[in-house]
Amino acid sequence: MTNSIKEIPSSKVIFVIGSNATEAHPVIGSKIKQAVQNGCRLIVADPRRIELTGFAEVWMRLRPGTDITLINGLMHIILEKGWENKAFIEERTVGFENLRELLREYTPEHVGGVTGIPVEQLYQAAEIYATAESAQIFYTLGITEHTSGTDNVMSLANLAMLTGNVGKENSGVNPLRGQNNVQGACDMGALPNVYPGYQKVTDSKAQKKFEKAWGVSLSSNPGYMIPDMFQASLEGKLKAMYIMGEDPVLTDANANHVRKGLESLEFLVVQDLFLTETAKLADVVLPGASFAEKTGTFTNTERRVQMVNKAIDPIGKSKADWRIICDLAGRMGYDFIYKSTAEIMKEIASLTPQYCGITHDRLGTRGMQWPVLGEDHYGTQYLHKDRFVRGKGLFMPVEARIPDELPDKEYPFLLSTGRKLGHYNVTTRYSRALEVHSSEEYAELNPADAKRLKVQEGEKVKVSSRRGELQSKVRITDRVPPGMIFMTLHYKESPVNVLTNGVFDKVAGTYEYKVCAVQVTKL
Amino acid sequence: MQWIQLKIDDKKIRVPEKTTILEACRMNNILIPTLCHDPELTNWGACRLCVVEVEGMRNLVTSCTMEVQQGMVVRTSTPDIREARKTILELIVANHDIDCLTCEKMGECELSKYAYEYGVKKDVFQGAKREYELDDSNPFIIRDLNKCILCGKCVRACAEIQVNHVLDYSKRGFETQVGPAFHLPYGESDCVFCGSCLAVCPVGALTEKQMAGKGRPWEVKKIQTTCPFCGTGCNFDLNVRDNKVVGVTSNPGSPVNGRALCVKGRFGVEYIHSPNRLITPMIRKNGELVEAEWYEALELIAERFKTIKEQYGSDSLAALSSARCTNEENYLMQKFMRAVIGTNNVDHCART
Ligand code: SF4
Ligand code: SF4
Ligand code: SF4
Ligand code: FES
Repeated sequence: MTNSIKEIPSSKVIFVIGSNATEAHPVIGSKIKQAVQNGCRLIVADPRRIELTGFAEVWMRLRPGTDITLINGLMHIILEKGWENKAFIEERTVGFENLRELLREYTPEHVGGVTGIPVEQLYQAAEIYATAESAQIFYTLGITEHTSGTDNVMSLANLAMLTGNVGKENSGVNPLRGQNNVQGACDMGALPNVYPGYQKVTDSKAQKKFEKAWGVSLSSNPGYMIPDMFQASLEGKLKAMYIMGEDPVLTDANANHVRKGLESLEFLVVQDLFLTETAKLADVVLPGASFAEKTGTFTNTERRVQMVNKAIDPIGKSKADWRIICDLAGRMGYDFIYKSTAEIMKEIASLTPQYCGITHDRLGTRGMQWPVLGEDHYGTQYLHKDRFVRGKGLFMPVEARIPDELPDKEYPFLLSTGRKLGHYNVTTRYSRALEVHSSEEYAELNPADAKRLKVQEGEKVKVSSRRGELQSKVRITDRVPPGMIFMTLHYKESPVNVLTNGVFDKVAGTYEYKVCAVQVTKL
Repeated sequence: MQWIQLKIDDKKIRVPEKTTILEACRMNNILIPTLCHDPELTNWGACRLCVVEVEGMRNLVTSCTMEVQQGMVVRTSTPDIREARKTILELIVANHDIDCLTCEKMGECELSKYAYEYGVKKDVFQGAKREYELDDSNPFIIRDLNKCILCGKCVRACAEIQVNHVLDYSKRGFETQVGPAFHLPYGESDCVFCGSCLAVCPVGALTEKQMAGKGRPWEVKKIQTTCPFCGTGCNFDLNVRDNKVVGVTSNPGSPVNGRALCVKGRFGVEYIHSPNRLITPMIRKNGELVEAEWYEALELIAERFKTIKEQYGSDSLAALSSARCTNEENYLMQKFMRAVIGTNNVDHCART
């Protein structure tokens, strides 16, 4: 996030696109509702009737996968009406003319036709957003989990820059990061192309810096992204994998492909809390420890690095994951000598500019928002205040693209997937109370479709795609529009990712979880 | 901003305008009992326990709702005030199910704290007691209306923190109740089980089901930590007894969320002690995963990794790190792959 969570309740205008915040980020969702209660105007773009639509002044029910068309359309209207922030464009950005050129064809009529949104709503939304004193955008996986995910994000950045809603309180473009430490895992360079702090592995200066720090020579070839890994193993290029705390068989798109990839490895090590679907395929399974059993840090979606404090000893013979990695490194002939995670943080701070001033002691009970530039700096509430990291903000015109697989005669329904409030990915299924509360999948189906298929609430259907099939109970609700069905990823009894499409965004490697074509039949 | 001068209990005090008398007292370490006030919620003046005397006013006033004024003279602990507070407490106690022996709130109960302070014995006022059935309709919150003191904090928490507006007052007089519309139990209402109401309830009317019988507040150690589920990064306190996490309580000092949490953070950490947890390393032998010692497992991995690296090169190995693990662990995992194995093949579910 460029901005901070505490700014939310005092926002003037909030535009939420592709984010079911009240279920996926519940406390942030509540703060958005608090903002509305305090007089904030809310715009929501979402195919589903999510809870926030009930708080919105304008709800644009767009067709899934038409986000870029919508954003370009809003920008077209903003220019047509002269609502753009001319001073900001002049001083802080470049490339505006290219954008203007691209936007010409995105007339309200065209955009309305493609997205299914009434033209008046487009005008209304554009006016509320563009004429606000300050406005912020929130988006989640509804934006990124597409083959065009990177483009989607860029078009939101264009919209924010066009109206000068960047680099001040209550404005900006804020991705809500999904998992507890997805921000931190990226910051730490658990990515195939960058070292900690987003320093590129292809940059020889960065390479030298890390070679010096670690005392070994390093590879300058970017590694495989997740989807490539399973492909490489099917092709025999990848022989062994070490998987810590992830369950790709259940959570990655096109699960059958993932399973085959893992099965063709020569050697698989899985380190986890539970015998997950992935662990069941492993040659060696190592018991890691939960967050309650170790000390360290997580970085949340607003870049706040916060302490995780050890409350109990590891269960049974399980061990803190950092200790396991240290043991293994030692046995491979490279000693990782750290007495505590505080010492690891010291090394991180010495190599990662954004974390430069961070120590466990300084984080205390309030944490700090990176960048923390030194021992005497207190962190950064919002980014891009006076300038962008790259100097001037560059407008990147993006053309609309359609999702890779759309419904057709054979597979007439559009399947979209996500989370629900009662669960978090797969671990929470092991918490008894949550499991009692929400113990099985209910695929959401529109009443009109239910009538046509002659299924009743709670009955079972078969859902199949070109890649696999499963059974699920249905909930009949107008939360989904006709022609769409929505399922969550939490249940191994109805593993939705056997259905999803394994295609992914070519830049970020994100799977297209949000759109694929399926068939629904009554059982 | 304008500053206001006033006198409280003969002490000269300066506070910013718009401060309430209660806030002014608390800033100056003058203790005032309250049951319905909460710094995160609006003030309703429902319980009247916070009454004080303001010179020139005929009646005692509720300090939580009245703002300070220039030159005000306030007294907070005269015999009249203490008598008034005692009567309020006696009336509450008269219609409260005194069940302290096994009440989950014992030790943190505001009512018992003030009853002790003001010497309130039970049953000074005799009268009918409420006899509601326990609301045990859901796996998270137990609601015992016989202990409810009608302070309305839960109503405000639901409306102002969670913005869910599930709770309200209904009926009148002796029958007054607080709860979901149409007297539905929580489990059948639109409640989303954020537990904000539970976090603010001053008595044992709302208690946490999973923590029932697991330990008294003074037996439990509280350790602040960060939620392991979503990217919001809420903080809360793990409640630990005998090396076991017995539950979660919210911590008002949490930088992101204050006392707000969602159903997962507040009620979902039981997986820590799930009987399904892996408690020993396992190695596949003859197609089966069998228990092994740490040294066996690690030796095997080191040896296989080394051989594969020698035979097929560093890039034939890859790792998935984890967005669920700590920064320190992610750092080590990528360092392990880059510096020890010699490849950049490391990634994680960065996009989900
Ligand atoms: S748990 Fe949350 S939603 Fe339910 S009644 Fe309490 S405050 Fe309202
Ligand atoms: S349930 Fe608790 S918080 Fe709600 S009115 Fe009763 S005593 Fe107050
Ligand atoms: S308590 Fe809920 S909203 Fe807060 S971090 Fe945990 S999962 Fe997210
Ligand atoms: S605390 Fe002031 S009236 Fe209850």
